[in-house]
Amino acid sequence: MEERIAIIGGGIAGLETASQLSKKGFDVVVLEKKQITGGHVEQWHQVFPDFRDASEVLKNWNQHEISGQIKIGIDITNINKTNGLFQIELRDGEQITANAVVIASGFDLFDAHKKEEYGYGIYDNVITSAELESFFNRKREYLIKSGKTPQRIGIIHCVGSRDEKVGNPYCSKVCCITGVKQAIELKEIYPQAEVFCFYMDLRMFGLNYEDIYKEAQEKYGIQFIRGRLSETSELQDGTVLLKVEDTLAGKPLKLSVDLVVLLVGMVKGSVNNELKKWLGIELDLFGFIKPPDAILQPNVTNVPGVFLAGACSSPKNIGDTVNDARSAVLAVEKYFNHLKG
Amino acid sequence: MIAEGKKRIWKDYQKEIADDRYYYARSCVRQNFFPGSEAAFLKILREELGKNVFDDPAHTSCTGIGYHADVVPLETTMTVIARQFALMTEAGYQNFVPSCITSFGLYSEIIETWHHFPETLEKTRKYLKQATGREFEIPDNLAHASDVIYKFRKEIGEKGKYRLVNHNTGEPLKIVEHIGCHYSKMFPHKGVGGAEYPYVLVGMIEEWGGEVVDYPERRHCCGFGFRQYAVKANRGYSLSCSHKKFESMEPYHPDAILTNCPGCPYFFDRWQYAISELEGKTYGENGFGIPVLTYEEMAGIVLGYDPWELGMQLHQVSVEPFLEKIGFPYDPEQKYKGKYGQDLGKPKVPEFLKVCC
Amino acid sequence: MAGWGYSLNKDRQIDFDANDRSVYFRVIGLEPSLGKCISCGSCSATCSSAVFTDLDIRKIFVLLSRGELRDLKKHLDDCMLCGKCILVCPRGVNTRNVILTIRKELEY
Repeated sequence: MEERIAIIGGGIAGLETASQLSKKGFDVVVLEKKQITGGHVEQWHQVFPDFRDASEVLKNWNQHEISGQIKIGIDITNINKTNGLFQIELRDGEQITANAVVIASGFDLFDAHKKEEYGYGIYDNVITSAELESFFNRKREYLIKSGKTPQRIGIIHCVGSRDEKVGNPYCSKVCCITGVKQAIELKEIYPQAEVFCFYMDLRMFGLNYEDIYKEAQEKYGIQFIRGRLSETSELQDGTVLLKVEDTLAGKPLKLSVDLVVLLVGMVKGSVNNELKKWLGIELDLFGFIKPPDAILQPNVTNVPGVFLAGACSSPKNIGDTVNDARSAVLAVEKYFNHLKG
Repeated sequence: MIAEGKKRIWKDYQKEIADDRYYYARSCVRQNFFPGSEAAFLKILREELGKNVFDDPAHTSCTGIGYHADVVPLETTMTVIARQFALMTEAGYQNFVPSCITSFGLYSEIIETWHHFPETLEKTRKYLKQATGREFEIPDNLAHASDVIYKFRKEIGEKGKYRLVNHNTGEPLKIVEHIGCHYSKMFPHKGVGGAEYPYVLVGMIEEWGGEVVDYPERRHCCGFGFRQYAVKANRGYSLSCSHKKFESMEPYHPDAILTNCPGCPYFFDRWQYAISELEGKTYGENGFGIPVLTYEEMAGIVLGYDPWELGMQLHQVSVEPFLEKIGFPYDPEQKYKGKYGQDLGKPKVPEFLKVCC
Repeated sequence: MAGWGYSLNKDRQIDFDANDRSVYFRVIGLEPSLGKCISCGSCSATCSSAVFTDLDIRKIFVLLSRGELRDLKKHLDDCMLCGKCILVCPRGVNTRNVILTIRKELEY
């Protein structure tokens, strides 16, 4: 009998897990809450570090390779584990039975409204990095409310990350490189504009990230100012006045920009609390799912038969996520081999 | 500007404000700066709204000036405040309404301290008993006087005879609002609207027909910190804080400034004169200044009270341009007449700042 | 006038909108490697003059890019052109040439 694996989440972690499990002969069913798969990557335009199109990345997962179903528009109402079998109840009444569950529910983006002083949702020309990607993808019609070509753009790092005041003291890892990437993309569209990145520390941890940073400075003239944004205000012409501390000069600095982009961090997936309630898995202090051994067994939870893949356990970039999904597949395989004896 | 964004934040920062039976604690120096304001508050609450307000002659200063200038130790401040509450309890009230914003901040701070450190509360009870033999209760509700006016802004607007609208053009007046730092910057949840986009004065202006000006230095302090300006050598800093705000609000051409602190309107009013003498610059129309009003004065004007009864002749920056804009009739002859019609003389006219005499 | 014993304090905020940053753009046009500077401070750390004078190369590059040009030339006169800063810069900025270029541009 074919073992059936339910994969909660149809983002790249879920898709890679499903694809690899299928190749190994398992029957998989992917449960995705939205109407399309691809998770957050589906909404991005170009991805770092090589600026390839996100749509190219997603082509990697051809639906036909995945033996089993991809169900979209799913709303899970309960999961029960009885006699080693998982019963997943859906809102429309359907029941799905599985021998194992892989949680690939990913992350949510920080709600920038919480940083009141940044004026998100109050001033017209303050947007998030996700909204900027939508603009690059032509899904958002304008960048500046008045339609004018921006002369100055400010990108703010660490919005909702490394910030005790909003309850997220951790680093979201990928926002810094996203900021540099978006700065370069903005300069390609508006070569005459000045782009500023306001950072605390620049986390260029990955392959080629430091080179991208250097290219951003050298080739594109993007200016990096180390210091936090304290507040935004709106001037009469709709431009946004920023007040930052220029730590390198040791003085406060104020400048007006046409657009502010907030690099919002990653927060726990909205479904994590319910998964804990249904399955008894553990969450860490910030709501991410916690494996008992995050270093050597990052995909195994405290509940036998329940596995993790992707950013549901911690912030990850695409490469990390794909690796993590493959590692989850090995963990699932090991689990069933062990069961068989 | 997306108005819904601000409304969303205001919904998060709502506070309980009692609706009757207030114990009113006056300010130390406010009567000197704006003599009619506290009397106007009492008149509005008692005569217009029919509320029970107790004006106790036995209460003292809250020691805010001394506490913030480091000359009064914390234990003394706690004991004095405990005495204020004891007087309130003895008079049979549970709702405390201070007139001064620093007082409000200090009462909030002390109540929070007692809440988080109960041993200090016990000590204070002991000290008060030893010093005066009194016992006290923490008030059920602590609200600033501007919160109370905010709560009844609708009733005041309905009873009002004048709106904050230019009676010639029908355009709403542009009004800059400024809250005292101690109102919500320390405890955002104790202020209506929080610290970033406070609503207590905005609510009044909007209800009475005006339009609020959001300018870049809106959140900046006016500089009326006791330590800043008490020493003459520091006063330049205070002056510069207000100057920064004036420079920032000037392009918006506001018709008036509304504040809810004793010190802020004092600074906004007097520093315009100081800046005019130092730099020859004025911020109002035609060489006048921008009129500065306290919230009681604004409420009084809306209700039609005589501006000279409200004490507006003592403003350095003439308020007549504001009164004329809203079509408020006033008698310039009565401006410098005493209570019995005697002539009080006229103040000297400044060199640069235009005033009405 | 006044003679009150106090007057308006000067604003120490860097006003980016008002400052003249044209010198910075001219310097970077003549010595493009300045664009790679990450203000790590390796240059200042190794500078021979920094120990006894107010010369702070890292800070001067930062202030130049913000358009804060007061006192820049005065401090740059303390540079002995020894070249230790170039030896140590991890990004490969030609710091000595930047200093010479700033000096020349500030002559105007």
